[in-house]
Parts: sequence; structure tokens; C-alpha cells
Amino acid sequence: MQEEKKSLIETRDLSIGYHHPRHGQKVLHSNICVKLEAGEFACVLGPNGSGKSTLLQTLCGFLPRLSGEVCIAGNQIDKVSNRQMSLLASVVLTERVTVSNMTVSDLVSLGRTPYTGFFGRLKSRDQELVSEAIRSVGLEGFEERLITNMSDGERQKAMIAKALVQETPLIVLDEPTAFLDLPSRIEIMHLLRKLAHQHNKAILLSTHDLDLALQMADKVWLLAEGRKMETGTPEDLVLTNEFRRFFEREGILFDNDTGQFTVEKQKVKTIRIVGKGIEYKWVSRALARRGFAASDEPFSGFQVEVKSDGKREYLLTCPDGKIQKLRTIEDLLTQLEYEEATLLTE
Amino acid sequence: MQQFLEKYLSGRQLTVFWLSGLAVLSLTLFVLNLILGSVNIPFWSVIQALAGDTQMDYSWRLIVLKSRLPQAITAILAGAGLAVGGLQMQTLFRNPLAGPSILGISSGAGLGVALVLLVAGKIGGVALSHLGFTGHLSVALAAFAGASLVLTMVLFLSRHLKDNAMLLIVGIMVGYAASALVGILKFYSMKEDVHAYVIWGLGSFSTVSWSQMGVLFPVVTLGLLGSFFLVKPLNVMLLGEQYAGNLGINISLSRLLIILCTGLLTATITAFCGPIAFLGLAVPHLTKGLFRTSDHKVLIPAVILAGIAVALFSNLIARLPGFDGALPINAVTSMIGAPVVIWVILKGKNLRTPGV
Repeated sequence: MQEEKKSLIETRDLSIGYHHPRHGQKVLHSNICVKLEAGEFACVLGPNGSGKSTLLQTLCGFLPRLSGEVCIAGNQIDKVSNRQMSLLASVVLTERVTVSNMTVSDLVSLGRTPYTGFFGRLKSRDQELVSEAIRSVGLEGFEERLITNMSDGERQKAMIAKALVQETPLIVLDEPTAFLDLPSRIEIMHLLRKLAHQHNKAILLSTHDLDLALQMADKVWLLAEGRKMETGTPEDLVLTNEFRRFFEREGILFDNDTGQFTVEKQKVKTIRIVGKGIEYKWVSRALARRGFAASDEPFSGFQVEVKSDGKREYLLTCPDGKIQKLRTIEDLLTQLEYEEATLLTE
Repeated sequence: MQQFLEKYLSGRQLTVFWLSGLAVLSLTLFVLNLILGSVNIPFWSVIQALAGDTQMDYSWRLIVLKSRLPQAITAILAGAGLAVGGLQMQTLFRNPLAGPSILGISSGAGLGVALVLLVAGKIGGVALSHLGFTGHLSVALAAFAGASLVLTMVLFLSRHLKDNAMLLIVGIMVGYAASALVGILKFYSMKEDVHAYVIWGLGSFSTVSWSQMGVLFPVVTLGLLGSFFLVKPLNVMLLGEQYAGNLGINISLSRLLIILCTGLLTATITAFCGPIAFLGLAVPHLTKGLFRTSDHKVLIPAVILAGIAVALFSNLIARLPGFDGALPINAVTSMIGAPVVIWVILKGKNLRTPGV
């Protein structure tokens, strides 16, 4: 029995959306059939307003489903009581929690609520779990710190520790990285993936960080308005062009090679770039931003030679044969703009 | 002082220190309340009177037993009850500006009193305020009826409104509507009746007789005991309703019980003492500033003790020999309380940090 993989979330023909008192039902998505298993780290991706939060809230039982079935750890969600649910799934929400005079260990201790008695007093085992959770999210030494005096990233880690001490097989996080800077985002995603794999927990989160999700998630759920939800391993979704179709908008292109978005610029002018290595790459990027497409063929236009031996230097050759030495890419771009302008006026 | 203490005492010891400090302070203030006043009675005579010694000075005995003792007990009950109510509302609505009267319960009481004082005066041709004891009793009954009406309404709405913020707005709106009705009643009333209403609105601890204490004491005690049973839901509610629900708390039941507890306390206290402003809002802030915790296991006993101390102190000031015939209690609580709260907030807290 233990060997068998347990699906913690399983939906059949689920429809999500809202009951509106006057306009009846507003269905955001229907026919959702997804599965999440223990030890899996899954990310829900989708543009704003695509119903990510609605989906997560329906799966946690905060919102009623419109039709279909949701099973949490094999139990129909309607038959799971509030109390049982607190033992199956823990949540971390987008909302910033600011409670004055609350320390990290106070906050994390609240995660033990389903297990404590009438007055919520912690036993020694609860205390141990709390300090263990604080350690595993990397907040040791912060136990007595007030949560109002911490950065958003640290507070989010404390919330994750709260979810950990709840000892649920499933953790659902609604945009846990929304307020964070890039290093903290990477840190949080790393932490969650580690927890999923080490503690064999099913972790489901929604995020906007596409590239992070691509690198870290075991499964990706793609959600967009007016489309059927797609799920799968991120690499599969890239190769079947699902990513491209989901995120394509005017002027924005999902690059299947790099797994990143590129801003599509009109590249009409061409320039010859000579050079190699990392310097070559960044110079072409800078030039591409100015609307120059790199080409290797010799022609009578501009040419940039990148010297990558020892000190940085860029040689700009104009159509009239004039050569200029430049120290930085910024200077290069300024010079190029100036030369272009004089060329046009002549 | 705070930093000095934190150096030598651990968190738990600090809590015990402040709790016992507040208890001693409350006890001292209680005794001072019995001793001091327009007539100063020696400590031993007070003890004699309390012990039931009939040999002592008759007038002193009368003052202690019939006036000062019920007054001090009323102050204790009102201070404790309103402070707990305020704490519960601040936690439930996650709003530092919430107080026990936030749900419109005091306004309901005010409307009830206005109906009795102003309309009865109009119909009967006699101002009720001149009727003495009967007058007091009917005023208390009317206030309780008004407060209970609003409380019932809020409880009914709390079952149907999912959002706490909505409930808060509805409570405030009910308060405005009641005040408007009171305004109309005042406009068409006789001067004496309006004056009587204004006096009621200033609050007093001195109108509760021993027979009325038979109602006030058990109800407030019940409310205070009830608040101890709400420690766990209150602690979790700090995180907001969704987190609380996810932690296995029955939200609608907890919310109903919290409102019922605060409502009962506020309705009864307002009925007997008038709408005592400020205590319920300020005492929780003072307490949080002192104890630096968000745990209601500590906060509830702490606000009860702090509420008692503040109410007894206000009562003492109101009766200082200079102020003949006692200042209105509302004036005293706000006048000493407001600067103290501002001081606590400015000094003790990091101004940039928000939160309840």
C-alpha cells in the first residue's frame, strides 16, 4: 500500500467559477481533469485573470465547485469536514499577513492548531515540530523576531513553516513569490521543491515566474481564459508548442530554444558583428534592442568588431570606412546612433 | 523601563511580572476607591464597614457600603468587560480602530434610552429623570432592549454576510441610523429630557444599586468567562478568516460566539453605566504595548486587569475633592486615556509597522 503513489488531488470534469446572485453562474473553466501525486511539485501558470486563484481556492474547498468532482486524498471534497481538511491540506495565501507583536514562532505555532487542545497550548512534541519547521525553511535565529519587522521573503518562509507544522500531505500556495525580489523567488521555489521531494509532500502553487517554473516544477498546469487546461511535464509542453500557444500575444514571443520570452522588435537594419564568446552574445543583444539584426555576410553597412582578448574594446566601422575604438557597449550604441543620424542627413 | 526589564527577565517571566503588577495596582486602586472621596474614610474603618461592624460611624458605613463599594465594583465590571469586548472586536475585524461599540450596540442602547427618556416625557408630561429609582431602572431596561435589538440584528446578519468588513460597515451604518433617530427625538423634546439624555450619554459608575448588581455581576462574569473559551479561535482569527478556516476552526460559529460575547458585555454595561467611550478601544492598545504579544492566552487576562485598573483610576479622578459631585466618567477616561495611548504608540512601537 505504501509503495503505491497516492494521488492527493484528483478532479473529474471539474468546473470552476463563481455563483453570482443575479447573473447566475460565471464559469471560468470546465472539464478540468488533473491529478497531483505525493512528492510532486506542480506550478499553475497563467496570465492575470485566468482563474489560477479560483482553481486553487476550489481545490482547497474555500470556494464551492460548480460541477464535476474533486477528490482530496481519495475523499470527495463535499464529504470532507473543515476539520479533516485542516489535516489534509495547508495553504499559504497571497495576502500579506501583518499582525503586530506576533513573533515567528507564534506564527508557526498557529499551524499546530488542528492538533492542540481547547486553549491551543503546545505540548513538547509540538514545540519540537515548530523549531524543526523553522529550521527547515532556513529561519533559525529568527524565532523571536516580530513578523512585522521582517522582509516579505522571510515572512513568506515563516508562512511556509506554518504550513509544514500542519503536517498535511498537501500544501497549496497562492502566488507565494508575488511580492519578492528575484533571489528570494528562486530561494522560495528551491525550498518548496526540496520539501516536496524530501518530505514526499504534494505541493501546488500558482506563479507568474514562467522561467523558474520551467526549471523547477515536476508538473506544470497551464491555464488561460477560454482554453482547455493543459498539464504535463514542462519540457513536454515546450516541445508540443503548448507554451507558445498559451502565452503568445502581439509583440511577445516565447522562444522554444531558450525557454524565455523575447520581445519581438522590428529588425530591419542589419549589421555585421565579428567576434566570439560571451562578449559577442551581449553585443548582439544590445544591438538587437536597437533594431539591428546580426549578419555574418560582408556588406557595405556598419560593422562591429568585438575584441575579446584581454581588455574590452569595440571597433565600429562605418560605411565610409571610418573606424572608431570604443570602450563600452553604451559608448558603442551612442556612437552608432550618431553615425546613423549623420548618414541620414547627408 | 521595558528594555531594562527585558534584559533580566525572559518572555514568560515578563508576562507574569506585568500580570502581577497589574493585579496589585488594581487591588490598590480598589482600596483607594473605598477610602478617598469627598469624605476621606480611614482604612481601618473601611475594613470595619466591609466586615459588617455595626458599631462604627453610621454615615461612614453608609457611604462605604451603599455608595463607594457598588461604585467600585461597577467600575471593575465595566472596565474588564469593555476592555475584553474591545480586544475581541480588534482581533475579529483585524482593525486597530475597532472597539466594543463598533457593531452599533451602544447606539442601539442610546436609541432605547432616548425613546424612554424623551418620548415618555412627551406623553406622560413628566420627565422620567425626576422619578429617581424607577427612572433609573426603566432607563437601564430600555438601554438593554435597544442594545439587544441591534445585537440580534448583527448576529442575524453575521450568519448571512460572508465578509467581516461588510459586517463592520453594516454595524457602523446601524449606529448612524440609530443616532439619526435619537437626533430627531431630541429635536422634538423638552429641554429637561434632552439634558437627562445628555447626562446618561456621559456615563457613570454610580447609578448601579445592589439590586441591579444582581443582574450586572452575573452577566459580565459570564461574558468574561466566555472570552477565555474563545482564546483559540481568537488567536487563529489574527491571520484572517481563510487561514483560520484552513486550520480547522469553524469560522461562522466562532464569529457568532465572539460577537455574542462582546455584545452581551457591551449591552449590559451600556445599559447600566451609559455608553462609556474609549475604555474598550484604548485598554487593549495599552495592554499590547505592555505585553508585546499577540497571544490571547496572555492578552485576555491582561486586558481584564488593565481595564479594571484604568476604570478604577478614572473613577478615582472623577471623584477628586475638587470636582464636587463627580465628573462625568467619559470625560475622565478620554482625557487621561488619549494622551497615554498616543504616548504608548509613539514610544513603544516602530511607526512603520502596521497591523492590529
